[in-house]
Amino acid sequence: MAVATPTRAFGASIRRREDPRLITGRGKFTDDIHLANAATAMFVRSPHGHARIVSIDTSAASAHPGVLGVYTFENVKGFISGMPCAWPTTNTGDTLKLATYPPLADGKVRYFGEAVALVVAVDPNTAADAVDLVHVDYDPLPAVINNEAAVAPGAPLIHDSAPGNQAFRWSLVGGDTNGALAHADVRISQTLVNQRLIATPLETRCAVADYNPASGEVTVWVTSQNPHIHRLLIALSTGIPEHKIRVIAGDVGGGFGAKIPYYAGEALCIFASKELGVPVRWSESRSENYVATAHGRDHIQHIEVGATKEGKITALKVTAYASLGAYPSTAAPGVPTWLFGCIIQGPYDIPNNEVHVIGVYTNTTPTDAYRGAGRPEATYMLERVIDLVAAKVGRDPVEVRRLNFVKKDQFPFKVANGTLTYDSGDYELALDQALHTVDYTHLRAWQEEQRAAGKLVGIGFSSYVEICGLGPSSAANAMGFAGGLYDSATIRVHPTGKVTVFTGVHSHGQGHETSFAQIVARDLGLKVDDVDVIHGDTDKVQHGMGTYGSRSAAVGGGALHMAGMKIRAKAQKIAAHLLEVAEEDIEWVDDAFRVKGSPDKAKTIPDCAFAAYMAGNLPAGVTPVLEEQHWYDPENFVFPFGTHICVVEVDRETGETHIKRYVAIDDCGEIINPMLRDGQVHGGIAQGIAQALWEEAVYDENGQLLSGSLMDYAIPKASVMPHLELGHTVTPSPHNPLGVKGIGEAGTIASTPAVVNAVMDALSPLGIHHIDMPLRPAKVWAAIDAASH
Amino acid sequence: MHPAPFAYKAAHSVEEALELLRSHEDAKILAGGQSLIPALKLRLTQPAMLIDISKISSLRGIRRENGKLIIGSGTTHREIEKSSLVAEASPLLASLAPQIGDVQVRHRGTFGGSLAHADPAGDWPAAALAVDAELVIAGAHGTRTVHASDFFTGMLSTVINADELLTEIRVPGEGTPGIYLKHRNAASGYATVGVAVTATHNHGRIGTVSIAVTGATPVAFRASAAEHALTGHAVSAHLLDEAASHAADGLECLSDIHAPAAYRAQLVKVMVRRALGKLLHA
Repeated sequence: MAVATPTRAFGASIRRREDPRLITGRGKFTDDIHLANAATAMFVRSPHGHARIVSIDTSAASAHPGVLGVYTFENVKGFISGMPCAWPTTNTGDTLKLATYPPLADGKVRYFGEAVALVVAVDPNTAADAVDLVHVDYDPLPAVINNEAAVAPGAPLIHDSAPGNQAFRWSLVGGDTNGALAHADVRISQTLVNQRLIATPLETRCAVADYNPASGEVTVWVTSQNPHIHRLLIALSTGIPEHKIRVIAGDVGGGFGAKIPYYAGEALCIFASKELGVPVRWSESRSENYVATAHGRDHIQHIEVGATKEGKITALKVTAYASLGAYPSTAAPGVPTWLFGCIIQGPYDIPNNEVHVIGVYTNTTPTDAYRGAGRPEATYMLERVIDLVAAKVGRDPVEVRRLNFVKKDQFPFKVANGTLTYDSGDYELALDQALHTVDYTHLRAWQEEQRAAGKLVGIGFSSYVEICGLGPSSAANAMGFAGGLYDSATIRVHPTGKVTVFTGVHSHGQGHETSFAQIVARDLGLKVDDVDVIHGDTDKVQHGMGTYGSRSAAVGGGALHMAGMKIRAKAQKIAAHLLEVAEEDIEWVDDAFRVKGSPDKAKTIPDCAFAAYMAGNLPAGVTPVLEEQHWYDPENFVFPFGTHICVVEVDRETGETHIKRYVAIDDCGEIINPMLRDGQVHGGIAQGIAQALWEEAVYDENGQLLSGSLMDYAIPKASVMPHLELGHTVTPSPHNPLGVKGIGEAGTIASTPAVVNAVMDALSPLGIHHIDMPLRPAKVWAAIDAASH
Repeated sequence: MHPAPFAYKAAHSVEEALELLRSHEDAKILAGGQSLIPALKLRLTQPAMLIDISKISSLRGIRRENGKLIIGSGTTHREIEKSSLVAEASPLLASLAPQIGDVQVRHRGTFGGSLAHADPAGDWPAAALAVDAELVIAGAHGTRTVHASDFFTGMLSTVINADELLTEIRVPGEGTPGIYLKHRNAASGYATVGVAVTATHNHGRIGTVSIAVTGATPVAFRASAAEHALTGHAVSAHLLDEAASHAADGLECLSDIHAPAAYRAQLVKVMVRRALGKLLHA
């Protein structure tokens, strides 16, 4: 399908229409739902990383005034016995050891903060008091935190069903990596740790469940990125019929992947509401969010690289130990496998590559998707590798990138392991624009001057390609995902020509109420303000798969455009009828159907809508009303790309990193709203810089989470963010109806290695080649100190 | 995030607060609440009663008396930050105040509360030590005055008894040049190490110098050896290097996931040197 020419709606930097509501406190988040007689749920959580439960005494809590119920696994297992995993994948012939994930601990706790008992009381204070009255007798067991230690002989066994704590082995092989390694001019071995992160959305997770015993219907307000998936998983896990479940995810304050999964807290609110006959609400505290909501990343990667003496990479072999945490969360097995391994060669033409992933259980909070999900792990690895190769062969890292890039005449480009075909790209164009922006030649000269003056200054690059627009359902099914990855749109043109749009994807910061209205406004020749976007309610919106993997614009937007074209097709028949000309004698020009050669004779979409609802003067075979629906299943993923450059100065005496410049050139294909695009890139870069420099979930050897609050887990602050110089190239996706590619994760994927590479460049005169993230001042100083002794 | 039950009483005078302290066991003073409220919400502390002193007007305010700056214990960080009197009379305090927390925290948190809480990563203890503040403590039998050097007794502990209240702090007000440098914990914003330095110099020669350090050890301290090495000597880069290089000698520094002890010791040396350099232009 041809890409339409952008008009004033599509491509304009329109301010977010949702913001007046959100910034004046008029949003309606889950915790804003107050139902009469609602009770409060709270959880008793494990203070141990690994322990046998000897006994649970709920008597004092049950007897506490105002307590409505106290429940353990034995009480709830008849309602829900385990949390489902929707991506139970393996591909090596090994059996996937999918451990049971009980909603409340079943005889044993396997991570710090695991829910052991549920308390429901008349109000939050009473519930909190009662939580303290539940006495649990634990017999502590040795814990294992490190991914490699978990699968080493003699490690404490976490699940009897997963010997050696191994959940799966997963591999992809392309070409002859061992052969190419054997013949390589230069070889590099490196171990990289991609640390564990905590998503930290501004809004913690919440749920309100209202079970109606008379009708058997339940309404669940929940902080979800994908309400229909939640509805499906609730139905499958509890036996409540799907058509009796209404899931509402209204305003959601950030997701970053952590609100994809279906969690026990939500399920148990339904249980308690059904049990007690009153609505039950639950809101995480921040401390609870840090233990009870999925963490992200947590890889240890061993890398073997072979290259020519010019720096052309001939072989890449990666063995990654990826932690699932203590239990398999909803999408967890898919993240370190398909979303990581498929893209292992990134934007480079590496003919021989292998990736092996060992999924392990550790005594930690379960992991799942976190902004970028798999692709940051691949990109960080690859971009560090490129710089290590460049250093080894003594070439500029820019030239090594250029040498290895997939060239623009190679698209569509099939990767060596055969899993992906990149749709379009011009990687050198983005690189060159980034180099031009920083004035690279002068920048290197400046660096030399600074170094001569004793300063540690560095320039870091990151070139990336990502898998977005998840995705074709056939690919999702082939990758073991238990669901389709199409999406949906309904466009309802009201009699007056105003429009309500129902989208199957979900907005929790992305700004769909603005950008999706822009798509429809262009397609139907309307003002953006005449289009409202509805999402997040399974009783209002047709089935959709929600938002993750930068899929909203590509898949949800694609569906919207296709539905818009159906509206146009029907309206065109009506317009021709009203204008008393043949359909082929009118054309869509300047936001209206116009008679060819007589453009003043025109009918707009509102004209056609009115006629469609009056319905007495419609052409033969045209039904009343103007409303269309479309399910769009893309033929391929989309592959955004770009190059980021970071310039840093490292304080030699304190190890502090100061970002002097940050340039990001991203290509997400066609841009619907440049301001929203920039906002996505800003936020993404902030999170990516934070992984490079500050963020890390730290456990002690007993499985205590040491970084269990914002006092110890360092999220980025506005005050420490550098000025970001953003630019873009536009390489439309050839198969996407809008030519869009997705931008939600690009900043996070690209920025982490750009920063680390810059710091390593700064430290290279000291002979330092690698420090694992986060590059905390103490760690960098220790490396500098060690290098100078 | 819901505190255990507690009784609450707002006092409207120092006498009333002291009476409440005497008549209730296990009572805690609530001033700005910036440390106490989070601890209550986490149930790390579960006092039977909170005595709110934020409504005692006599505890609030900044004035100069006999050349000294008198600051009520209930004065907020923000009031100190915005005070032209403080800017003129105590550049060190003026330099420190805006580095505490964020604007919201500074509007709530109090000078006296911070000193009485004696958090090892608190900022004010360093300044109090550096300017040799006098802390006025009221009790059943009147008031007593304690020098900052005798005030802090350990991590989160001071000489204030359970039935006493810190009412005001007196610091020299002659405008001695001073500066506070802070290395922030990237997560909390608290001082990993904070260095408070005052110094005078005349015709290239150092007059008095005081150096106090917070964050590095369980209790803030004066780096006396470094001070001695500097007092009376001609200013030179070499002298400052030498003095600073010994600022962490013999210290047993704190260690956490952000900053091991060796790193804190390094920060002490580097930050003392940088603070001296800024004040003495060398």
